[in-house]
Amino acid sequence: MPFQSTVGDYKTVATLETFGFLPPMTQDEIYDQIAYIIAQGWSPLIEHVHPSNSMATYWSYWKLPFFGEKDLNVVVNELEGCHRAYPDHHVRIVGYDAYTQSQGACFVVFEGR
Amino acid sequence: MSKKYDAGVKEYRDTYWTPDYVPLDTDLLACFKCTGQEGVPKEEVAAAVAAESSTGTWSTVWSELLTDLDFYKGRCYRIEDVPGDKESFYAFIAYPLDLFEEGSITNVLTSLVGNVFGFKALRHLRLEDLRFPIAFIKTCYGPPNGICVERDRMNKYGRPLLGCTIKPKLGLSGKNYGRVVYECLRGGLDFTKDDENINSQPFQRWQNRFEFVADAIKLSEQETGERKGHYLNVTANTPEEMYERAEFAKELGMPIIMHDFITGGFTANTGLSKWCRKNGMLLHIHRAMHAVIDRHPKHGIHFRVLAKCLRLSGGDQLHTGTVVGKLEGDRQTTLGYIDQLRESFVPEDRSRGNFFDQDWGSMPGVFAVASGGIHVWHMPALVAIFGDDSVLQFGGGTHGHPWGSAAGAAANRVALEACVKARNAGREIEKESRDILMEAGKHSPELAIALETWKEIKFEFDTVDKLDVQN
Repeated sequence: MPFQSTVGDYKTVATLETFGFLPPMTQDEIYDQIAYIIAQGWSPLIEHVHPSNSMATYWSYWKLPFFGEKDLNVVVNELEGCHRAYPDHHVRIVGYDAYTQSQGACFVVFEGR
Repeated sequence: MSKKYDAGVKEYRDTYWTPDYVPLDTDLLACFKCTGQEGVPKEEVAAAVAAESSTGTWSTVWSELLTDLDFYKGRCYRIEDVPGDKESFYAFIAYPLDLFEEGSITNVLTSLVGNVFGFKALRHLRLEDLRFPIAFIKTCYGPPNGICVERDRMNKYGRPLLGCTIKPKLGLSGKNYGRVVYECLRGGLDFTKDDENINSQPFQRWQNRFEFVADAIKLSEQETGERKGHYLNVTANTPEEMYERAEFAKELGMPIIMHDFITGGFTANTGLSKWCRKNGMLLHIHRAMHAVIDRHPKHGIHFRVLAKCLRLSGGDQLHTGTVVGKLEGDRQTTLGYIDQLRESFVPEDRSRGNFFDQDWGSMPGVFAVASGGIHVWHMPALVAIFGDDSVLQFGGGTHGHPWGSAAGAAANRVALEACVKARNAGREIEKESRDILMEAGKHSPELAIALETWKEIKFEFDTVDKLDVQN
């Protein structure tokens, strides 16, 4: 075996599903993901929850799903609005697919305290 | 219009070769690759297959006049050449819907392939494809949950799922087994898996495995904040034992169990699938013994037929092979039958091995499971090929990490998420494989070590498929 390493320790982390194992995204990277949601024809929706309930099946809706919303700026403004209204909550963006009744995309944008 | 009894042996083709027949929407259609004995005309061979897989026998019998055989007979309506193969031909056979018991895959297979394969006029016979009419599909239970419900239960969206078979295959005690499960799940995988031959052996009785695995799952869920599962193998020597194991899994609050559908049999599998839907349990299906049936190019049953049968019998996840690495030549075929598992309509496409338009109606889809000989460097190709509705399983590729299974799991999870993120952002992940993985490795020492450990893999950025002359 040409490559030798000393064994390192892996420390368990609590994560919030998709993209939880990647470093926090930059604003541009988040925009790219939202653009993908819109390009796929999914409806953006925003949810939030207090960190103590993060494993619950349902997080609270922020307003209603933005059905058919194609404007990235609208989505970004709403995300920031939700974050301001609930500064200590996790806030996530979901790409809702009405055909499969499932979510094509789903990841946390603001992590709560 | 009554016929007279005409005793004697007729040629099959007089009755069962009907080139003018237009198949009905309610007919079951089969495509057989036939290799007849020397000197026997194709029509006679094809007609014999149609007869012997439906109503016929080698001699006329008086009792056939008590019914209307024309209504019930299977008939060969088309013969085609196999591209690049002079000795075999395709026979297309239509079977009336009423030949089959509603919802019974067991009955369909017994009828179509139960008898005819030993027929002396044939040297080889292979069932290439089967078109199930929507009328039959509607009588089948299908996947107990399907892709969407599975995602909803596990709360995982926007990416493929990650799994790992526990190794060594056999020999661990219940507690040690649970330890390995815990390590994989705490490291970031979604699922771990019993190997197909883990049932209830002297070194590890099934109850012990179930108990310790349940502990491992609860602990890792608490620590990671994400839902976890382990496919508990309920394949057993009798159906009663199988249900006993499934019930215990449910008692322990487990989300998913698994079954070996070929060695267990379709009757057991369909029963288990119905139980799973009734009891809110996900069902992972392993294809142990498939290669005995599907590997020979001229004899047996193609895996796409087994996959279709499984979707009808019931299962939420099915092993489909990995496509990359050693299986490069079968990419198109694999994509063809993955569509059969997941899509609601699959058009005829000979370049993908699909011989018929197949309408699945509203039947839920099955996750495609890629498992066997893959590691982090394969991740971009796997994400590109299989898409999000798949489960990617790394056995050696998790446990073989120099820092152990938890680190191996984390490495796989980081690699997967990096690929999904890059794909969403519009990057060509197969072409930019190396860059994407190396960038991700900068933020994850576990991934960096994994990439270094398995770096001898070579990439083919523009995948060159072998010309698939057979199909």
